[in-house]
Amino acid sequence: MSGSAISDLILSVDGVTIDYSGFKALDGFSMRLNRGETRVVIGPNGAGKSTLCDTIIGRVRPSTGRVIFKGEEIHRLPEQAIVARGICRKFQAPGVLPTLSVRDNLALAARRDRRWWKSLGTGIPADERAAVDEALESVGLTHRATVEAGTLAHGEKQWLEIAMVMATGAELLLLDEPTAGMGPAETSRTAELILGLGHSRTVLVIDHDMSFVEQLAAPVTVMHQGKFLKQGSVAEVRADPEVAAVYLGHTA
Amino acid sequence: MPDLSRLSPLKPVLPWLLLALGIAAPFALSSYDLNLLARFMAMGILALGLVLIWGHGGILSLGQGVFFGLGGYAIALHMKLADLPAGELPDFMVWSGRESLPFWWTPFASPAFTLAAIILVPTLAGALFAWAVFHRRVGGTYFALITQALSLAFATLIISRQDVTGGFNGLTDFYSIFGVGLTSPGTGSMLYWITLAILCGAFVALRWLLASRFGILLRAARDGENRVRFLGYNPTPFKVAAFAIAAMLAGIGGALFTLHAGVVSPALIGVVPSIEMVVWVAIGGRYSLAGAIVGALLVNLARDAVSSAFPELWLYLMGALFIFVVTLLPRGLAGIAKGKAA
Repeated sequence: MSGSAISDLILSVDGVTIDYSGFKALDGFSMRLNRGETRVVIGPNGAGKSTLCDTIIGRVRPSTGRVIFKGEEIHRLPEQAIVARGICRKFQAPGVLPTLSVRDNLALAARRDRRWWKSLGTGIPADERAAVDEALESVGLTHRATVEAGTLAHGEKQWLEIAMVMATGAELLLLDEPTAGMGPAETSRTAELILGLGHSRTVLVIDHDMSFVEQLAAPVTVMHQGKFLKQGSVAEVRADPEVAAVYLGHTA
Repeated sequence: MPDLSRLSPLKPVLPWLLLALGIAAPFALSSYDLNLLARFMAMGILALGLVLIWGHGGILSLGQGVFFGLGGYAIALHMKLADLPAGELPDFMVWSGRESLPFWWTPFASPAFTLAAIILVPTLAGALFAWAVFHRRVGGTYFALITQALSLAFATLIISRQDVTGGFNGLTDFYSIFGVGLTSPGTGSMLYWITLAILCGAFVALRWLLASRFGILLRAARDGENRVRFLGYNPTPFKVAAFAIAAMLAGIGGALFTLHAGVVSPALIGVVPSIEMVVWVAIGGRYSLAGAIVGALLVNLARDAVSSAFPELWLYLMGALFIFVVTLLPRGLAGIAKGKAA
């Protein structure tokens, strides 16, 4: 049992500290993710949730601690090398490319060979084209494929970026507030989209919306002031007095 | 605003019509006007490069004069040496008291070396400079300021080394290019056609480049460099390649301009001319290759007309035009032609 647990481990964040000249956005934080798992990270503002994503994708570098993905230390690799290992992130504010068509956004994400001299052409390999069509289908944007991504509605932009992150073929998806700015119906649809991935990908979701978190029915990690606070099911976390206290601001 | 969309049935034939007019121009224009047109077309080649980096790459360069100058001085060095009786020095070197040719002048006696230098020196200089800046992730306004400093430094360097560069007066008095007399009958038309061919070639090549995945990624990096980076691309080599191509076009444009104008000097490549180059493209339309060519032609035509009558007025007029276009017509004249101003 313990042997299979080790081989199932895909990501390990190990005692990571991110120090912004004295302010510790992450303070010796650790967490582990198993292959195929969906995990939700919650916490009050400033708990370090987005910094955790930043650390995993190499946008910020830990002063102490390590990030290990599939057995390899990645916290010193260049950003594009981390993506190449199989990690991709959706940003909090929709990060679609506004003047490109929806299809070109996805084609850019689905591209496997990202070296510049290989971009001197217009053809798209059949498998990448298929991946783009599939991604369009999965987020229901097929009929919007040719419009500029900047003209999409806010919710559509969020879905497009989720689809882009999926289209990279990444094994680990980091979704930073995928339902920000969405209504209840759109939120449910986003949950279905993530649930639809089944266990084919490992997904780390950051969100505030507890109804969304409930729909995902995934284990929840609670962060507070850059540290690990609690872990458990949605119900357990909800019932936890310590968690309630940090959300109400009673704990220093 | 005039509604040019009514002219849309003309659209497919318009480029061919313009090309035919361009080819026929030597038969209709005086040699003075033809020379003027050829100079403006040389500037149009540089303007195409600005569409690539500024319009589609979001990289504002206020230093294109440097690369224009590198191409211009490369061909000027060759023409100075070609016209020189054996064993003599260019006149300005003699006046400055020099007794020998600087070592870096000598290879420019070779036409092949000169042609290679016109293309390679600006391209490599542009690539090196862009890499040094972009790999440190410096961009936007800071990049524009660094390019302006570069053009100031380049012009200052040329002025301060009077004995080997011709200084403030630049290099002039050319008589032949690759064995052909510049004033011989037919030379003007031939050089004009060569310029037109290079302009058209650059236009077609950039059109293809902008439609390719390279062009798509360049626009993507302009609009969301972080998104592109975290999709697994390194945007730096894309931007460096684009900047090097724009530098190459500026160099070729500079060499052709020098050939037509018969002079290259710091006054043509310094800070103010480098800003003017951006103004042509802003007015023509920075997202449009055709717009940039039209902008280069029209602004220079206007400049020629205005500055011969009221020399002091031109800079103010250009400044006003620039402000007008940037605030009210961000897509320039090309935007009007497409029926969308903003």
